[in-house]
Amino acid sequence: MRVKHIDAYRPIDANHAYRKNPAIVLYMARIGFWDRVKMAWRILIRAQFAEEVVEALDQAESARARGALPPERMHAPALTLLAAFQREGRLVDFLQQEVGGFSDEDIGAAARVVHGGCRKVFHQFFVIAPAAKENEGGPITVPSGFDAQRIRLTGNVSGKPPFKGTLKHHGWIASEVRMPSISETLDPRIIAPAEVELS
Amino acid sequence: MTQHTVGIDLGTTNCALAFSDLSDGSGNVIPIPQLTAPGVVEERFLLPSFIYAAKDGEFPAGALALPWDKKISYAAGEFARSHGAKVPTRLVASAKSWLSHNSVDRTSALLPWQAPPEVDRISPVEASARYLRHLAGAWKMSRKIDIDSEEIILTVPASFDAAARELTTQAAKQAGFHDVTLLEEPQAALYAWIQSVGDAFRKTVKVGDVILVVDVGGGTSDFSLIAVTEQDGDVQLTRMAVGDHILLGGDNMDLTLAHHLAQGRNLDQWQLAALTHGCRQAKELLFADLKLNKVPISVPSRGSALVGGTIKMELTRVDVTRVLIDGFMPKVGITDLPRTARRTGLTQVGLPYAQDPAITRHLAAFLTRQSRIAEGKSFVHPTAILFNGGVFKARTLKERVIEVTNEWLAEDSGAPVKELEGGDLDLAVARGAAYYGWVRHGHGIRIRGGTARAYYVGFEAAMPAVPGFEPPVKAMCVAPFGMEEGTKADIPPQEFALVVGEPTVFRFFSSSVRREDRAGDTIDDVARKEEFEEVAPIETTLSGEAGKLVPVNLQAAVTEVGTLELRCLEKGGSGHWKLELNVRGKEE
Repeated sequence: MRVKHIDAYRPIDANHAYRKNPAIVLYMARIGFWDRVKMAWRILIRAQFAEEVVEALDQAESARARGALPPERMHAPALTLLAAFQREGRLVDFLQQEVGGFSDEDIGAAARVVHGGCRKVFHQFFVIAPAAKENEGGPITVPSGFDAQRIRLTGNVSGKPPFKGTLKHHGWIASEVRMPSISETLDPRIIAPAEVELS
Repeated sequence: MTQHTVGIDLGTTNCALAFSDLSDGSGNVIPIPQLTAPGVVEERFLLPSFIYAAKDGEFPAGALALPWDKKISYAAGEFARSHGAKVPTRLVASAKSWLSHNSVDRTSALLPWQAPPEVDRISPVEASARYLRHLAGAWKMSRKIDIDSEEIILTVPASFDAAARELTTQAAKQAGFHDVTLLEEPQAALYAWIQSVGDAFRKTVKVGDVILVVDVGGGTSDFSLIAVTEQDGDVQLTRMAVGDHILLGGDNMDLTLAHHLAQGRNLDQWQLAALTHGCRQAKELLFADLKLNKVPISVPSRGSALVGGTIKMELTRVDVTRVLIDGFMPKVGITDLPRTARRTGLTQVGLPYAQDPAITRHLAAFLTRQSRIAEGKSFVHPTAILFNGGVFKARTLKERVIEVTNEWLAEDSGAPVKELEGGDLDLAVARGAAYYGWVRHGHGIRIRGGTARAYYVGFEAAMPAVPGFEPPVKAMCVAPFGMEEGTKADIPPQEFALVVGEPTVFRFFSSSVRREDRAGDTIDDVARKEEFEEVAPIETTLSGEAGKLVPVNLQAAVTEVGTLELRCLEKGGSGHWKLELNVRGKEE
């Protein structure tokens, strides 16, 4: 079981580890020994070149990762999540259906199935909390240097922080992700198998 | 070196795992990774006690793999339960109830009970061993050490007789556990409560209190009475009595509600399982919010057309009150006995399910059967009550049990009971078992009481054979009520000889109410007396010259593990033989 803790108060930077440790990048990019020695020399004497190298390597690395894995492997966790939502809450069935012709009562009955099942999965996989602690509809002060990913300004956006405003939506932040471990031998594209009942 | 004690609740419908740290007595439950879908392993605190016997090629290769067993050929836990609802003939369920079922051979491959011939069946003992192996895997993953290097406390229903306890330890051995001690579930629930209240224990419970533990699990109901006594100024707990094995629990309630709502509708097995699940949740909502009068339940379509294909139903307060409260917890008199007429809807071929669904009637029977400790009253008066089992998440059901008990007490001029609150209804047994490990190392209060049954070997009385008339069976008490672990009972010398060198069979009886019998006492015609129950027979071939009669003394011992052992000691000689319980079924 992989349990991944994400610090809700730190911006998420996927390349963080690579930037700190170019050795990892060099190893992963499979650059030959002599080229590495030459690069190391230039990195030492020219800071700008160093930055260019790291950037190029990042790009090379992500391109390599993209090329090596088929899309369903790269996005296996997303498919796993979809499969779990379908298994427990029939979400894919629900989304695939045209519901325009059905009564609210029929849609409501199906929505109970979807809500009940998906909610269970959701709480098993994620722990989430509001991004802002203030009450919705109440006043909020946005300080200078605020995190623009956590807080989105709307309305009369002008002047300098701190801003005074009203909290319209408190947002959500995942504080914990607990995706199940999935067997590598299975094809993640199968969201739900066909069911055949033998009599 | 043992650093922890491990508490294992090997339940009829769910298993749980907990530990106590022997350095400071702290502890917790341990998550159990398990298959929730093919190829998907997730953690849960409960491991549903179900095994799905997969067909070759039914799932892709590796789909059933567990982190600690990549080659496993069956599924246990949540996926076994959910998929097994669609393929009932390959599902092993209620293995534990089969362990205590003494008219079948419990070591033979019986389960799944109604499986087609091609399915590899397993014995109830092996099924239990598989749950234990799974828990051992979960332990290893979580704690990084082998479970077998720890002290393991394994819980059994208080109502398990000597044979069922023996089989439980056999399952533990089969799972590779060496250091196992048995503990009765209601005691474990009380230990968990004691741990959770801490010092408040002495304020809540007083010397003279009689605690009634009402443990209604998924598939079984189990009652125990535990007295609070005092010796040399120290508070002591003594388990006074346990009830009989009742195969009736919360699952029966949910299933009954589902059948009630499904009347006149065409639902398949899977939809009925979904409806049962829906009923459980709706029931909990209705019990939690008394202002609600009904809760809608949606039973999803089997096909992909969810909207339009979903069946809408409603569980009303009237249904819940009539079907559950009046059906399972009716207001009955203390003298009402459980009905024995077989009811449909609750019966299934094979297991001896309780024939009367009224838990209150079983409770009344338990309290009145124990008249020997009623101190002149018409039944034993409990002064406190502790609930255990997920069923009691519904406050209303607790309140009903208290209400009915208080009515009985008021009629007999007794004081009302107080509820011991604060137990963890689902996980208390595992937690309490782990805590008991800590108690065994000399901390806190230990519940005493020894065996909750007296045991007897039967002899056929010498009389001329009469066709169609079973000769009366005389029995001699070999193990009196209340034998403590690690003690022996010697039967006073009598004229008793054993045939050696050829198979010998003894009938074996137990009683949960006769506490006055001493080792060596004989009782007439036990087979027809209600106070006795027949246990698996004792069968043995004692080594020696065939046909020779050897005068012996009998000796009973309760092992440290908590199982009963019978031995024959040669009079004036050195021969000694251990007698084994034959759990392969009664010879009919």
